[in-house]
Amino acid sequence: MKKIILLVIASIFILGCNSKEEKQNIKDKPITDLSIYNLPEKWTNQDGKDIELKDLRGKVLVMVMIYTSCKSACPRLVADMRNIESKIPEEYKDKVQMVLVSIDPTVDTPERLKDFSIENKMTGNQWVFLRSNEENTREFAAVLAVNYKKISPIDFSHSNIISVFNAEGELAFQQEGLGVSYDKTVSKIKEEAEKVE
Amino acid sequence: MEAQFIKRFHYCLILLFWVSISFSQVSEDMVTIGAGSYVPLYGTADKKTVYIKSFLLDVYPVTNQEYLEFLKTNSAYRKSKIKRLFANTTYLYEWSGDLNFGKLNPNAPVTNVSWFAAKEYCECQGKRLATLDEWEYVAMADEKRKDARSREEFNKYILSWYEKNKTYNNSVGKTFKNYWGVYDMHGLVWEWTFDFNSIFLSGESRKDKDTDKDLFCGSGSVNATDLMNYAAFMRYAFRGSIKANYTTKNLGFRCAKNISN
Repeated sequence: MKKIILLVIASIFILGCNSKEEKQNIKDKPITDLSIYNLPEKWTNQDGKDIELKDLRGKVLVMVMIYTSCKSACPRLVADMRNIESKIPEEYKDKVQMVLVSIDPTVDTPERLKDFSIENKMTGNQWVFLRSNEENTREFAAVLAVNYKKISPIDFSHSNIISVFNAEGELAFQQEGLGVSYDKTVSKIKEEAEKVE
Repeated sequence: MEAQFIKRFHYCLILLFWVSISFSQVSEDMVTIGAGSYVPLYGTADKKTVYIKSFLLDVYPVTNQEYLEFLKTNSAYRKSKIKRLFANTTYLYEWSGDLNFGKLNPNAPVTNVSWFAAKEYCECQGKRLATLDEWEYVAMADEKRKDARSREEFNKYILSWYEKNKTYNNSVGKTFKNYWGVYDMHGLVWEWTFDFNSIFLSGESRKDKDTDKDLFCGSGSVNATDLMNYAAFMRYAFRGSIKANYTTKNLGFRCAKNISN
């Protein structure tokens, strides 16, 4: 009898495979079709706190995908992020969130991300470091059109893309490549931050 | 009171029967792919061997009819409901309605589906998309060999399919059954893989040595290895060119599953 009950429960689960549908928003306005806040995944930040992407809603996001043990491209990407941040006018600073997402969740624990943020002097409130599991990371990269692949136990190859999202979580601009001018990125951030009340 | 209990018990039995049928169908539609290792043609920086753990793979790509069944219980993935983040405007392009695949062949592979939709479908069946390395591992088998990549006829077969039009509306299971018991890895549609976005053929990765330059320049004679490289290059280049919300009519999918102990 117990087995039957278990099977009945299991079959309910099979039938009810639409749990992801129609989540209610915490904030008033519905999430738009192109918003990354449609992604339901949970992330952990550098303080070990669990967050959903939605928690970032309402701010302009500047995002990049990195891994902390990276020796070649990432330091430059991180430097780019810092430079971009320094170009944001004071009046917009609290409307912009700088987000670094790890593509190496096994190595990049919250502690490691915390250390990395300290080493790189990215400890202010404007900096968020995120990690999740491999699957969510792959999905998030798919949304950002970031390609990455583990090519050895400690190394990844990955696209060098910095993305700007508006307050609704819609992709507003992408800067591709290393050592490119970030003037456009900065002006887009200002433009989007202007719209934030 | 007792009659009611018996009635309930019967319902349970019927449900049990139904559940066991649906479970057995799942296992019949999948085959075990044995563990092994191989050197992929592209994707690793230094031609390293990739190890594949044993896993289960769908025998056929997911069909229009099967996809329709999925949409019945997953309204968020219907043509009129899906969010643009998850699929572009050509999603289920030839379907005439949310629950109607129009003139398409019910047994043909569902195409014009995005990576997000494919992934969701598989997760709903308790499955997942195959990784790129797993997919290529299975795709290198012909009828008799695990690795037929160096066979000239095999490569010619694949390349001649690339030239054919509209194979996407053919029924599944009409191409050859490979060594593992899997159909349609070549000859029907191209397929999404979980980590399709791990490809670097655009010159982004400096470590990527297999660029098109190596493939197209200076080869005087075309031998089996060239054909083999070319066929794989086409697949990898295609994967490298698509984004997760893209949908095209020659791109479908099938699901994989871990083997639980």
